[in-house]
Amino acid sequence: MNFERIKEKLNILADAAKYDVSCSSSGSNRTNKNKGIGDSTGIGICHSYTEDGRCVSLLKILLTNHCIFDCAYCVTRKSNDVKRAAFKIQEVVDLTINFYRRNYIEGLFLSSGIFKSPDYTMERLITVAKKLREDENFNGYIHLKSIPGASDELMYEAGLYADRLSVNIEIPTISGLKLLAPDKKHEDFLKPMLKVKNEIVRYKSEKKIIRSTPKYAPAGQSTQMIVGATGESDKDIMYSATHFYKNYNMKRVYYSGYIPVADDKRLPDIGSQVPMLRENRLYQTDWLLRFYGFSVNELLNDAYPNLDIEVDPKLSWALRNLNHFPVDINKADKSMLARIPGIGMKSVHKIINGRKFRKLNWEHLKKMGVALNRAKFFILCDSSNWERRDLDAERIKGMILQTSVGKFRNQYSTQLALFN
Amino acid sequence: MMNTSKTLIYDGSFNGFLTAVFIGFEQKISQADIQRSGQTQNGLFAETETIFTNVEKAKRVWNGIRNRSNTAVKNIYFAFLSEKKGIEPLLYHYIQKLMGSRENKASDFSDDAVLKINQLAHKVGREKHRMEAFIRFQLTKDDIYFATIEPDFDVLPLISKHFRSRYADQQWIIYDVKRKYGLYYDLQGVELISLDLQDIHVNSINKNDAFTNEEYEYQGLWNNYFQSTNIKSRINKKLHTQHVPKRYWKYLSEKKEAV
Repeated sequence: MNFERIKEKLNILADAAKYDVSCSSSGSNRTNKNKGIGDSTGIGICHSYTEDGRCVSLLKILLTNHCIFDCAYCVTRKSNDVKRAAFKIQEVVDLTINFYRRNYIEGLFLSSGIFKSPDYTMERLITVAKKLREDENFNGYIHLKSIPGASDELMYEAGLYADRLSVNIEIPTISGLKLLAPDKKHEDFLKPMLKVKNEIVRYKSEKKIIRSTPKYAPAGQSTQMIVGATGESDKDIMYSATHFYKNYNMKRVYYSGYIPVADDKRLPDIGSQVPMLRENRLYQTDWLLRFYGFSVNELLNDAYPNLDIEVDPKLSWALRNLNHFPVDINKADKSMLARIPGIGMKSVHKIINGRKFRKLNWEHLKKMGVALNRAKFFILCDSSNWERRDLDAERIKGMILQTSVGKFRNQYSTQLALFN
Repeated sequence: MMNTSKTLIYDGSFNGFLTAVFIGFEQKISQADIQRSGQTQNGLFAETETIFTNVEKAKRVWNGIRNRSNTAVKNIYFAFLSEKKGIEPLLYHYIQKLMGSRENKASDFSDDAVLKINQLAHKVGREKHRMEAFIRFQLTKDDIYFATIEPDFDVLPLISKHFRSRYADQQWIIYDVKRKYGLYYDLQGVELISLDLQDIHVNSINKNDAFTNEEYEYQGLWNNYFQSTNIKSRINKKLHTQHVPKRYWKYLSEKKEAV
């Protein structure tokens, strides 16, 4: 192995792959067989974190950054003047195995620029995965990119070796896609997505009858949307995400604050701030939809097309719906407990179990880890001491903001700046 | 006559602890100050008994608790491995509560002792998970993937299975430098070993003769990858150190320069 040359390629092709935010290595069920290498049955593991605070779980690289497309938002677009490189298939296999053996990674996340044709590219990605599985008896995690426009046959084959497949929709609106990626068609993204979804459905039903049915993408599929590149609203993004969760059985939708990589009038300028807080609010909303029983139109609708930047979306919802509160901690059902600001699902679990033994008071809640600074305005418990004032939403919001420190506060607070 | 308080000295093993619990229950001791031998402190209670580990008795306690709750049995083992000062009497108290209640006391999160044991078990679980993440093997010239660790808690027994099922086709050693014992997988099974280690550190900038040359090439590639995959315009060092607290940097070859 020529380490110097590999190092150079790794530089270029890891740098180009880093804008894909998916890092998940969980949700698969591949066990180590015949004393091979690797196992991906457990929960995901983040083996390290880069200085931007993102986790490093998989070796995330492109096979090549040569690309025939010219999507404005993409660093690998053909008109961009960057160094190009391409890994040989065996090089990717060797890197993956050697990193895995040293416990650096959970597996491989392989994507690629599109060279020659979508099918040609997809075929190469599959070859890497197949080699890892068959030649190396590798049972670690493999995430392959579904190349837009790849044929159904190849998408079927990809799922036999990969744990997860993903196509990044990138631009949440069709008009945005037309503007920024004129040579890509919306349908090209959807076609492989639909094939993978159908195969997963088929695999799950056949597995019930024939246990030996070969695994097909056991960790499901995911997609990613860029946030803040085309002036879309939070409502556009989350309705689009809901559509993908519902109609394509997505395991995850990722939101990626747009990082300017091009001097292009259609896009935010190079050097403009990455909308990290907005991204954070979108993830919070995503969690409320998937785990807290909210439906998307409660959080975002025509009257409220964008999320409140100052407070989290659950608190924001509660402030708009004060008629549901206060909630009695000792009586309310699970779904209502989950809607109280400052109470997460772990606290819900503790409350439900703890209250079987005795009525819970403020002290109990505090020890369980409830964020009382937010929750106290919305609950009753076993105490005569509760918020009696008839506060309106603005007052409550003001009081909560005063007693809390947000990690992004300096980005939107103009008042505090006076004192700096 | 009923004993209500007593100091019980055990050998430091988990089975020894469970035996002490057995003796405590047998003698109907309401407050048992169970202490590790060698670390005993002049007790609260005058009366002292040394416990001899008895696997049969330990098993009866283990099964008894497990019949009450699977969560409890796991929490007890994890909390025990925290080696926290005074953990044994706290666990004794917890087990008394478990056995004395008809309900599943292990899920009573309004009870201080239950909450405390849960939190401790959680901490140990987190350390276990961190070791599964942060261990970095280095390939020795004898073809063994070697790693040293100094975990906050005694988590080696908890991570054995994870590494065994993952690295079934390579020999590996994970050595706890702090507690002076390690796990050695020889392609057949895992055994406990103790080594006389002089200077093998995971994260030394200096190359060590024990490791292959290729080893350092791969570390170089990995460090390179680590740098390339960072997005500079999103820099967030606070979040970075929150996820990888500085005390773990010594394990990580990608943080070599920073240590």
